[in-house]
Amino acid sequence: MLRTDGVSMRFGGLTAVADLNIEIDKNEIIGLIGPNGAGKTTAFNMITGVYAPSEGRIYFKGKDITGEKSHKITERGIARTFQNIRLFKEMNVLENVLVAGYLRMGTNVFQATLHLPGYLRKEKKSREFAMSLLESVNLADQAEESAIALPYGKQRRLEIVRALATKPSLLLLDEPAAGMNPQESIELMDFIVKIRDEYDLTILLIEHHMQVVMGVCERMYVLDYGVTIARGTPEVIQKDQKVIEAYLGVE
Amino acid sequence: MKKMYKNLIGIAFLGGALALANTFLGPFELRILNLSAIYIILALSLNLLNGFTGLFSLGHAGFMAIGAYVSALLTMTPYQKEMNFFLAPIVPWMKDIQIPFVFALIAAGAFAALVAFLIGAPVLRLRDDYLAIATLGLAEIIRVLITNAQTLTNGAQGLKGIPKYSTTWVVWGAAALAALFMVMLLRSSYGRTIKAVRDDEIAAEAMGVNVFKVKLTTFVMSSFMAGVGGALLGHMITTIDPKMFTFLLTFNIILIVVLGGNGSITGSVLGAIIVTMLMEILRFLDMPMDFLFIKTSGLPGLRMVVFSIMLMFVVIYRQKGLMGSVEFSWDMFSGKSFRALGTSIFSRKNGKKGGR
Repeated sequence: MLRTDGVSMRFGGLTAVADLNIEIDKNEIIGLIGPNGAGKTTAFNMITGVYAPSEGRIYFKGKDITGEKSHKITERGIARTFQNIRLFKEMNVLENVLVAGYLRMGTNVFQATLHLPGYLRKEKKSREFAMSLLESVNLADQAEESAIALPYGKQRRLEIVRALATKPSLLLLDEPAAGMNPQESIELMDFIVKIRDEYDLTILLIEHHMQVVMGVCERMYVLDYGVTIARGTPEVIQKDQKVIEAYLGVE
Repeated sequence: MKKMYKNLIGIAFLGGALALANTFLGPFELRILNLSAIYIILALSLNLLNGFTGLFSLGHAGFMAIGAYVSALLTMTPYQKEMNFFLAPIVPWMKDIQIPFVFALIAAGAFAALVAFLIGAPVLRLRDDYLAIATLGLAEIIRVLITNAQTLTNGAQGLKGIPKYSTTWVVWGAAALAALFMVMLLRSSYGRTIKAVRDDEIAAEAMGVNVFKVKLTTFVMSSFMAGVGGALLGHMITTIDPKMFTFLLTFNIILIVVLGGNGSITGSVLGAIIVTMLMEILRFLDMPMDFLFIKTSGLPGLRMVVFSIMLMFVVIYRQKGLMGSVEFSWDMFSGKSFRALGTSIFSRKNGKKGGR
């Protein structure tokens, strides 16, 4: 599904990510963990085209997508959420999802402005799809409310739903459980597995809550100072000496 | 359906009011009324950039100048052109062109849009104040080019005797079309992507919105409207010269957009009417004034001080402007919102009492 081949990112003299080799198969749930500043979000930004990597290639479904524009990559089927929530502030909940739905509507500015019959049909379908997505996360009742007026946990869910509206095949979640209490985190785990099955997704997630990562991920990659220090199943990672050192420090 | 009747009645009412105004108002009042319509078009077009796409552009006067000159040159008779170009003769290929007003108007918009399209690729890579500076510079470049293209634009002498095509029906018709276009565009799914670009570029891009293309599209649309607005202005005043299209003109439009509400179509319409009227009503401030003890000998530009103070008040106390991002709807007149307004005033009083 996704393969990065020796990807590196340098900002001036700082190497944020060095020689990253990730390989993800279809329908897997993969974790990307590491201490703060390890380069996890930078890796996300390279995969989604926010940054062009300094070195290496990124392949998605066998195609080289290195350095492509963000919106192009989303069109190819990679969607993401953000660590610091980035909802459209002046729009309501439904509109936030509808913006993401525009990509798959197959309409253009002329048809939309003139409200041609074909456009109206597509718009109706897009709305129904958005509402069904909102229903699946219990946000349908708040569809008309301002997105940023939602409580934090719901904003997170809305971000995930918004990403789903682009109909991705690979979903990147950047700290989906940040700021959630243990109960919410457990619900989130179930939710992640549920959407994977329901929408036939492959998921790559960054997370600090070990409970979530260990509970939901089938495999994981551990970054520290941009270097991949370990990879494997949760059981392997938990016993890995380097990982323990990176997280707890070493005397 | 009920809403549609209300809309039809509303449009009929406004049309009737215009017809009455057109018959009974004197030429001076009528001119102010029509100027309001032109400012509505210009304010809407700037609001599309500043209020809806989040692009801070200061280049409007430039696109208006392009539109005004294109339309004027395309509608003037060969004889009028000959009369105007007495310093240097007009370029031969322009001399005998004369096309109907409607096509000239479209050409004016299209030419302004074309310039915007060509200039958009480099300029729209910039953001915020850098974009503002670049577009401001662009407008100045256009003005200087017009001043110096003697054989095409008659340079600093400007053009006189432009056919007076901007009647009440033409300008208000154009303003209505512009407003309708804005409403249809911004209500559509494409309109949502425009607002998404304004709210968060990175998120919009990640949701598959081609941010650059959206920006370029609205820039071109806005310039088209500015070109048409400039052309209508030329056909109303009947003379144009490069000095008309300085930054001051752009400033007037920004004033309307900010006072009316950045991101509100209704706000731009109301703002354009209010500001245009006030500009004339406050004209007495520029005249010599005679109070009991103080006599002033007329300070040209004093009325602009009033607008500057208004602008300061808006920026400090009500940044959203008159309308905020609220749009007109019939629900505004329902009993419910009046009651809501009543309670808000009442509760405010109570709050004060309670605080004491």
